[in-house]
Amino acid sequence: MTEAAVRCEKLVKRYGEVTAVDGLDLEVRRGECFGLLGPNGAGKTTTVEILEGLNDPTAGTVEVLGMRWTRDDKALRQRLGISLQETHLPEKLTVEENLRLFRSFYQRGREIDEVLDLVELRDKRRSWTEKLSGGQKQRLAVACALVSDPDLLFLDEPTTGLDPQSRRQLWDVVLGFKALGRTVLLTTHYMEEAERLCDRVAIIDKGKVIALGTPAELIASLGGEEVVELAAEVLPEDLSTLPGVRGARRSADGIALTVEHLHIALPAILQRVRGVTRLSTHHASLEDVFVHLTGRHLRE
Amino acid sequence: MNAPLTDRSRPNSLWELTLARLRLFFREPGAIFWTFGFPLVLSIALGIAFRNRQPEPVHIAVESPELATRLRGEQIRVHLLDAGAARTALRTGKVELVVQPGPPIVYLFDPTRPESRLARALADAALHPRGAPATVDKPVTEPGSRYIDFLIPGLIGMTIMSSGMWGIGYVVVEMRTRKLLKRLVATPMSKAQFLWSFVIMRSLFLFLELPILLGFGKLIFDVGVAGSLPLLVAVSCAGALSFAGLGLLVASRAQNTQTVSGLINLVMLPMFVASGVFFSTARFPDAVQPYLRVLPLTALNDALRAVMIDGSGVRAIGPQILVLAAVTAASFAVALRIFRWR
Repeated sequence: MTEAAVRCEKLVKRYGEVTAVDGLDLEVRRGECFGLLGPNGAGKTTTVEILEGLNDPTAGTVEVLGMRWTRDDKALRQRLGISLQETHLPEKLTVEENLRLFRSFYQRGREIDEVLDLVELRDKRRSWTEKLSGGQKQRLAVACALVSDPDLLFLDEPTTGLDPQSRRQLWDVVLGFKALGRTVLLTTHYMEEAERLCDRVAIIDKGKVIALGTPAELIASLGGEEVVELAAEVLPEDLSTLPGVRGARRSADGIALTVEHLHIALPAILQRVRGVTRLSTHHASLEDVFVHLTGRHLRE
Repeated sequence: MNAPLTDRSRPNSLWELTLARLRLFFREPGAIFWTFGFPLVLSIALGIAFRNRQPEPVHIAVESPELATRLRGEQIRVHLLDAGAARTALRTGKVELVVQPGPPIVYLFDPTRPESRLARALADAALHPRGAPATVDKPVTEPGSRYIDFLIPGLIGMTIMSSGMWGIGYVVVEMRTRKLLKRLVATPMSKAQFLWSFVIMRSLFLFLELPILLGFGKLIFDVGVAGSLPLLVAVSCAGALSFAGLGLLVASRAQNTQTVSGLINLVMLPMFVASGVFFSTARFPDAVQPYLRVLPLTALNDALRAVMIDGSGVRAIGPQILVLAAVTAASFAVALRIFRWR
């Protein structure tokens, strides 16, 4: 069982002149939760839909659970759970009716009751789908993906547009599934989500993987664990050599410094810079990694 | 321990798909009205408008009292008016004919109006009696020859067409725009079963649509079925299948509901007019008759009327069944080839 859950090499997808996926390599290991993190339009959904067998690549090879699309479709479909970025399940079917419908497509799978408990929708089982809240609808969509008891779960932006509480509820569902030793591949543009759920993250930009590793590794690659943002009349280059400072760059409204030891760096910064009008610090995040790599923010 | 659990908990997918279709239909009050209520309302309205009634008298304007006395009779209502008022009454359709005193007596009328020509004939007969005619009038109102007898089979055909086209065409495209089709093909669902669920739903609906219209026609207007009832059901099924195919065909590529609504109307409107729902196709020129005959609704209506009115058997409606079968086969074949699942 050492084979990868998902492997793709030199994946390319072009729509006419537009290249959505531009030579993307990926390997998702069994039992891990793997995240594709990137801004809107980075090619995440296109990539995932190719891996799900819903879109054909222009070039490149794809292997899912050791099988190939077009050759092993039937067997593969039985073992995947898929939640698309947007699916409107039939509004006038109840939660339970929708789940029974999806359950009926699979040879093996879970009991409806079991899945309802997993996503905490048991008391909504007789409600029409249209009566559910956004978070409940999204959990139902994930429930439809879990009803087959899949080996591999695809979630395309599962929490986009949800309130923080609904988001946390959905994270619990994903963590519960992962705890069973199953594999998850999810896309997101929330760095917090990737840090919380994912064992490994691939940062995607313009159809390419620009960084790959555990969230901790990626953040460590910045050279410091803290970020200091300040607004002052000073050039970034003047600050990059200060003690404890590992990197400096111009940000949208001032200067951002990556810092290793805050207690050493901060006095030095304040001594060098006159007329600081604003200063704040935060723990370095995947967002900072993305900004460091591309000069842009994730949610632009 | 695992094996029996999975078998027990697996519902049958064709059954679940069909059940979902039926549930979604019956939970949509608008759809229920347009499928079942609308044809009934239409048949009541038309039944009343074209009911059989006593022949109405013609209205004639005259300018002299002497002529009025000579013309007045059971079938003629006389209006004594001056010349100007008489012309106005004729122009606005309040009278069919103006008779001006002579000599010679002058008839003013529009020869393109059948009522005017009738009024002229009646006036002529009243002014120049030549003895009793040697003929006797006998009005015919036997079941089978009335307008409502013609209309009910046409309405059944129309209902089968529109509920098939909308019930499949529109619904499938809506599922595509809502990304539900894409979600379904991401499962191991059998595409054939998915399409079958629509065909089964349409066939089941016939057993609601047919009794409602037939029972209504029988109760209110005494419209019976002269031929075999099973044959009528079979003909309706053949019609439902061909419109299921056409519904699927218009839905096979359309990306939004506006497009498919346009396509459905494009397919249905010519047949509403030209396939003999409300009036006989015989009114169209001979040159276009062969084209009208291969329209599926014409074939369906002709076959329904043959069974309901003339009591025809299978053999007599062979050509119509053949047209319906051909439309079914061709539309399903093309639709499946070009169908867009994602």
